[in-house]
Amino acid sequence: MTLVKTSHKRRSFLKISAATGGGMLIGFNWMTSCSSPEEETIAIPNEWFEMNGYIKIGDTGLVTIYSPNPEIGQNVMTSMPMIVAEELDVNWEHVVVEQGMLDEDVFHNPQFAGGSLSIMLGWDALRMAGATGRRMLLEAAAGEWGVQVSDLQVRDGIISEVNGDRSISYGDIASRAVDMEVPEEIELKDPKDFKLIGTYQKNVVGPQLVTGKSVFGLDFKREGMLLAMIQHPPAFGMKVKDFNQQEIKGMDGIRDAFIIDTGYEDEGRFDVNAFNQLIAIVGDSTWQLINAKKALKSNWETESTLESNQSHAESLARDLDNGTLQEERRDGDPDSAFAGAAKVIERTYSAPIIAHNTLEPMNFFAHVNGDKVELVGPTQTPNNLKESTSKMLGIPLENITVAMTRMGGGFGRRLYTHYGLEAAAISSKMSAPIKLIYSREDDMTQGTYRPAYRSTYKAGLDENNNLIAFSVKGVGFREGPVFPNRFPAGAIDHYYAVKRVSPSNISYGAWRAPRSHFTAGAEQSFLDEVAEAAGKDPIELRLELFDRAKTNPVGEEYEYDAERYAGVLKLVREKANWGEDMPGVYRGVAAYFCHNSYVAQILDLVMHNGQPKVKKVWCAVDCGIVINREGAKNIIEGGVVDGIGHAMYSELQFEDGAPVQENFNSYRLIRHGEAPEEIEVFFVENDISPTGLGEPGLPPAVGALASALYRATGQRYYHQPFTTKEQDQESRLLG
Amino acid sequence: MAVFSLNINGKKREVDVDPATPMLWVLRDHLDLVGTKYGCGIAQCGACTIHMNGTAVRSCTMPVSAVGDREVTTIEGLSQKGDHPVQKAWLEHDVPQCGYCQAGQIMSAAALLDSNPNPGDAEIDAAMNGNLCRCGTYTRIKAAIKTAASS
Repeated sequence: MTLVKTSHKRRSFLKISAATGGGMLIGFNWMTSCSSPEEETIAIPNEWFEMNGYIKIGDTGLVTIYSPNPEIGQNVMTSMPMIVAEELDVNWEHVVVEQGMLDEDVFHNPQFAGGSLSIMLGWDALRMAGATGRRMLLEAAAGEWGVQVSDLQVRDGIISEVNGDRSISYGDIASRAVDMEVPEEIELKDPKDFKLIGTYQKNVVGPQLVTGKSVFGLDFKREGMLLAMIQHPPAFGMKVKDFNQQEIKGMDGIRDAFIIDTGYEDEGRFDVNAFNQLIAIVGDSTWQLINAKKALKSNWETESTLESNQSHAESLARDLDNGTLQEERRDGDPDSAFAGAAKVIERTYSAPIIAHNTLEPMNFFAHVNGDKVELVGPTQTPNNLKESTSKMLGIPLENITVAMTRMGGGFGRRLYTHYGLEAAAISSKMSAPIKLIYSREDDMTQGTYRPAYRSTYKAGLDENNNLIAFSVKGVGFREGPVFPNRFPAGAIDHYYAVKRVSPSNISYGAWRAPRSHFTAGAEQSFLDEVAEAAGKDPIELRLELFDRAKTNPVGEEYEYDAERYAGVLKLVREKANWGEDMPGVYRGVAAYFCHNSYVAQILDLVMHNGQPKVKKVWCAVDCGIVINREGAKNIIEGGVVDGIGHAMYSELQFEDGAPVQENFNSYRLIRHGEAPEEIEVFFVENDISPTGLGEPGLPPAVGALASALYRATGQRYYHQPFTTKEQDQESRLLG
Repeated sequence: MAVFSLNINGKKREVDVDPATPMLWVLRDHLDLVGTKYGCGIAQCGACTIHMNGTAVRSCTMPVSAVGDREVTTIEGLSQKGDHPVQKAWLEHDVPQCGYCQAGQIMSAAALLDSNPNPGDAEIDAAMNGNLCRCGTYTRIKAAIKTAASS
């Protein structure tokens, strides 16, 4: 066991009656049972006792665990409570999960869904919450029986004497446990004693999701609530001037129409937004609002450049080839090494702008009532939304509440606060509760897009085909797609990495595994080409490099554990029988480390009627301790499909400052028939503290796909989407 | 505006709306049946799939005036206790990630199995290709459909 100092204080010592639901938002899917109703073996409690912000114990032994973080489909609503339940030592079948409100003082944990960080950052706080509750229950029982805590043991929520006959359930002792002092030190379990962590558990919200009962942001409803939609300028670089306000206001079911401005001084990191000024229409029903939007006659003015695919390709190519790039790392003497190399390989890769396209479009409920604000909806950054709302409306933080609904996908899109702010601005103007709804077109054409990138990779081999020099230079909008200290930094004597940001007036943001989804695809398929030029097996080439980084690293530092990196490659090589002769099957391999986890994949591709079809993807993952194997496999599978889909098919083009694609009839997303037939996921078993899985499954899929496509077609794929015709690929390369 | 008498999940429901209103918004805004989801509004994503006389239909492009007395089934009415073979298979395979598209996926799958109790891979792809899953649960969906077919 590990002794740790506790940081959990109780929210209150009050017992909470079941009727009030512990202060939760009634109307939410707050009784989200882990088991289906017929399997429930425990009665609904009459009284609940709150042990700390995470745990509420009912007098029947039913336990409520609050899940602190936003749920965007990464299934933290199952995995985070599992960690609490493990240390609390309670039967998982007797646990119900509720979504916690935003209150970081109570949860001692950043309530944030981004960077695949929920489990990694929550690990200690969640374990401590469970262990603190367990300790207080044990102390209460010890006090009751006049024995020491060390005389007692717990199994599945039942406390019993080690050398005696007495036993008592958590439900029966909870009323006394809430009066105990919060312990200053508690014991955490040794990972080898985990009973729940590492098992396969179904999504706790599954029964609600398959019956349509889960409440997503778009489903939230409040008595007296009005609906609202927005209209943004048709192009980036344009601004609203005026519109046929009187005509719109006179339409059936329309309450008001006006221009809002969500801009304010000192905007925060997640306040990315191309259009602060928008036309807002408020009405009674969605269909009436859709009709009012169709009837809009607006005047717009152009205030900056109207960008296009052509201008983007030109500026990225110009900056990459002729711009001043900022040096991020340099080892050895790469210029001399390239000059003296027996073989030099240089390739340029690019990726287009893409939209997040969460299937649930942006939406938010806001009720600005005097100097109080209630916000309810789908957000990955509830705290940032709260702070930004406070600044925009000039209302103190303590008067603002934020509740998180379930979200129809995130992928980084809901890190950005603007749609919540727009809802608040509209509610403030109307002095009424409103729910803002984006149409799909609004959502796709007012994005915080994945920026376009363009990078050149260069490798030098000596006469013995050893990789002696390597460079990467990358440019992109918002960010240069270069991680200077990631692999292969540290493994090659002569190395440099440079980058540059190209200007653009389109709004960009984090898109699932930002930059990594591009760098992994480019770097890993480049290494495949290098291995071919060196006459080496692509896995062997990588393992040689990891061995070098481990035994004799180059430079001051590098950002990966070479042994764990090599470990996932070896595991996937073994599981997939790499090297086996498989007629008609074309294989690509990739490994990538990002968001603190390691993933290697082998992708098997076949050709059907001249079209590539992914038959199977093998994944080996090292994320340390796996919390919920079922959810972990699902999210890795999703990352693979997402990586293949976007690399293969997706692109948002621009013309005259406007997105060309506005809906799924022209914007292509991967569909059923294009998905891999099978995905198999293997985990490296270790006791390392857990890291995230929301993002790391995606990047290697791009590289493995590109290399498999090469084996199948004889053509290298440098430019996404890979379905782009060969002649277009050439023209992109020329830029 | 006009009054329409609809047969939804076995119950008569009346709404007074613009005849052009798509069934999606009738269900969501006027009848509080929000299990049917909005994803695109142009029948390209399948999140709004319902059954009309047992056939899968995209409710976002089906005007209320065209429904008549046909039997409408939404995800809320697919089964009494959430125990339709497709729903059970979905739970067994732990299909959902964010879950937003799953009601539509389940409605499409249930209609498929109704007309073709033992579909092959190509038939599943053809019937399900109109249902987008942004999280990428396609392989689990296909496995769940096969499990439901064999039950």
